[in-house]
Amino acid sequence: MPNYAYIALIPLLPLAGFVVLGLFGRRYLQRFSGVIGTAVVFVSTGLALWAAYQYFFGTGSTSLALRSHPFIMLKANWLPFSPHLSIDLSAIIDPISVMMIAVVSLVSLMVHIFSLGYMKGEERFATYYAFLGLFAFSMLGLVLSGNLFETYIFWELVGCSSFLLIGYYYDRPTAVAAAKKAFIVTRFADLGFLIGILILSFQAETLDIRTLVQRLTEPGLQLTSITGASFLGISAVSWGLSLVFIGGAGKSAMFPLHIWLPDAMEGPTPVSALIHAATMVVAGVYLVARLFVLYGADPGVLHIVLYVGAISALLAAVIACTQTDIKRVLAYSTMSQIGYMMFALGSLGYTASMFHLFTHAFFKALLFLCAGVIIHQVHSNEMQRMGGLRKTMPLTHACFLVACLAISGIPPFSGFFSKEEILLAAYRANKLVYFIGLFTSGLTAFYMFRLYFSIFWNKPPEGHPHKILLVESIPLVILALGATFAGFIPFSRLMNPDGAPEVGSVFSSMAIAPVALALLGIGIAAYLYRKESDRPAKLASAARGFYTFAYHKFYIDEVYLFVTKKIIFNLIGRPAAWIDRNIVDGLMNLIATVTARISAGIKGFQSGKVQDYVLYFFAGIAGLAVLFIYIYT
Amino acid sequence: MSQVPLSHILIVSTALFFIGMYGLFTRRNMITMLISVELILNSVNINFIAFNKYLYPDRLDGVFFTLFIIAIAAAEAAVAIAIFINLYRNFHSIDVEAADELKF
Amino acid sequence: MSASAVVFYMLAFFILATGLLAVTSRKIFRSAIWLLFSLTGIAGLYFWLQMEFIAAVQIVVYVGGIVVLIIFSIFLSQQSGKDLPVPVRGRQVVSALLVCAGFVLTCLLVGHYAFRPAGQPSGGGIGVGTGEGDMGGNASVGNIGAQLLSTSEHGYVLPFEVVSILLLAAMIGCIAISIKIKPEDK
Repeated sequence: MPNYAYIALIPLLPLAGFVVLGLFGRRYLQRFSGVIGTAVVFVSTGLALWAAYQYFFGTGSTSLALRSHPFIMLKANWLPFSPHLSIDLSAIIDPISVMMIAVVSLVSLMVHIFSLGYMKGEERFATYYAFLGLFAFSMLGLVLSGNLFETYIFWELVGCSSFLLIGYYYDRPTAVAAAKKAFIVTRFADLGFLIGILILSFQAETLDIRTLVQRLTEPGLQLTSITGASFLGISAVSWGLSLVFIGGAGKSAMFPLHIWLPDAMEGPTPVSALIHAATMVVAGVYLVARLFVLYGADPGVLHIVLYVGAISALLAAVIACTQTDIKRVLAYSTMSQIGYMMFALGSLGYTASMFHLFTHAFFKALLFLCAGVIIHQVHSNEMQRMGGLRKTMPLTHACFLVACLAISGIPPFSGFFSKEEILLAAYRANKLVYFIGLFTSGLTAFYMFRLYFSIFWNKPPEGHPHKILLVESIPLVILALGATFAGFIPFSRLMNPDGAPEVGSVFSSMAIAPVALALLGIGIAAYLYRKESDRPAKLASAARGFYTFAYHKFYIDEVYLFVTKKIIFNLIGRPAAWIDRNIVDGLMNLIATVTARISAGIKGFQSGKVQDYVLYFFAGIAGLAVLFIYIYT
Repeated sequence: MSQVPLSHILIVSTALFFIGMYGLFTRRNMITMLISVELILNSVNINFIAFNKYLYPDRLDGVFFTLFIIAIAAAEAAVAIAIFINLYRNFHSIDVEAADELKF
Repeated sequence: MSASAVVFYMLAFFILATGLLAVTSRKIFRSAIWLLFSLTGIAGLYFWLQMEFIAAVQIVVYVGGIVVLIIFSIFLSQQSGKDLPVPVRGRQVVSALLVCAGFVLTCLLVGHYAFRPAGQPSGGGIGVGTGEGDMGGNASVGNIGAQLLSTSEHGYVLPFEVVSILLLAAMIGCIAISIKIKPEDK
């Protein structure tokens, strides 16, 4: 077994980058900070790709059967509370963790290179790269962590980096509000995550993931039945798993905790590409995959995962059809695709989900980076201001088209393969969810090409040609290559929950329906948006009620605002503040006032008058005399 | 003097002592305080002489104590008057409550 | 009740009455004079106790020295005809209570204690003098003087010397405290 000890360097190098840039970047290294940050992530990416090569393809690599038993590398005992319960820092080597470090570091590198050109001239350039380094460290640490609590620590760190990066333009009130909203919603979900961790670790008496999974799925143990510890008719382990899923749903913007993701588009576009498309938002999916054996053993919770994923996918796709801000469309598209990954896991399609995660990272990051280039050219996010850009930005046009074809699931692009696997798994598990997935893939093609045609066609070509920077074009090309060819990687031979390679070919007759629906969606989009016309407006007014409902994102945000402002603030927040100000502070003030009064009363004893002193002196002597003569003898 | 028991003399001196204490507490004038202190010292002298006479008739220790106390009382009265004069120069009054600057 | 007992009680009454008047008198000069009478009464008490030397010293030093000093200082510092301020009623009450309590306490102590005279006549040390073993015989001036300056077991030469240094220090101290520093002439 080859030595993977260098894996520890992969997250630690960006951390070093963060520390150096954070401390010295602003003063001394302003212009080189981009290069330093990129160089550090470049080394990390190299190490990660080398590790992936060693693990999957190299000599002495672990065979497929062994790969389903992850092994723990580098364990450091950190906080031992008791012999069973100790928080260790350990790195777990397992197919999905190796794949994730490769994906995360590669996309991170692309974003770092892209930002060299995109964020040039920013005043806080060094801070930006410092935060990116912090994020890379947190995400890489999260996917490598082998202890459940360590996962939680990195989870929170990722949330913190996201907050810092969304609020990067801190002088914009919308950005600040968006950062707060993201942090608060995910923090609220993380409460569920924490309680879930505590329940699961209590039941299994360990926090180490591998041991935990082993103990809870011992045959004959039946922990998931209610004959074991249970509460309100559901077993404790089921509660734990569903609470952990709530945490994952918050981070992955599943319904109904999705409200933060569209607002998070206030951050810089490369940040959206990295965090809110390719890496951080898939953390919830990764968490469920990490504990997949447990979820697989508990059908009740698995159903929750399945339906939440399906609802999110459909809801997001419907909303995306009406949005006009390019980044918001992409945000809802992300939510929809993560819904796919989630219901794939819910249908026990582990490989399918991970495959889609892999390909999605490429084409979604590509979409966002292209969007960044477009926004810089047009100086606006609104689709109505764009149009006819295909002659002025040829490279961006080509890459955007590749990405749209990939996400719509058109062969031979990568999205086709991963989506087919997901739909196959869904078909085997639950027919309703299969039809939802099928319909949503048609919608996906429709809204993506609506976006494509509105940007690059629709109006006659105009404007001067856009000069794209080299550092911006290199990542676009690399990601486009990935989006095209990643589908050919034989994932089913590389990873599996139980060691047996997956059966079934993608090119079966099942593949026809989604592709046909996708082509239909593309056709409708072309009809409506290729030429400038009033057909979209007529369609919208025809379904006016539903259109408005979807345009306002089904008023979910308003419901949340109502609950927080009217109910939580007024019923809980205000009384709590009143108690704090009047009762708690009042008690402290009372103690202080009483002390001051007593002291003012006592100070009269030191009057400075000799006769008073003589009196006190004599009184004391008389008292002592009485004491000693009559009481002590 | 053998008809008068020792305790009677002691009671007299105790009464004189406490009269002096009362004067020390109530009089506001520095010189009257000094007068009260002299009364106290004299009561102690009576005690010494009485003890010497009744309890140790063949020794003279009480006499010597009394002599020394008288001498010291004289010295102390002189120094006290000097201090009063100095205080009078500063506060223009020999009211003992005028010199109360060492207070809170 | 023998004559000497009567004399004692009259003397005692005189001492206490004048002492009380001394501490409660409203005029300061009268207070000093009442003190004078009280001290003279005490000298009389010493005479009654057959300690003539001490009585003489009392009159010479206390009455003739200290009271005169007090009278001088009264003249130096204020109009002696003016009335003294009445003390605060609360303080009078509290002091009177405390003093009475102390008096009662001490009298109880005195009453309970059994005073035993030292039995043996002529304990060690110099008992030189005219009447040995007699109660008042030893306290003659010659005896006192000799014992004051003797260096043997019951001699008091060391305290004598120390007190003389103290008197010197007191003299210098008085002058130093009350000296008036003249402003520098040009």
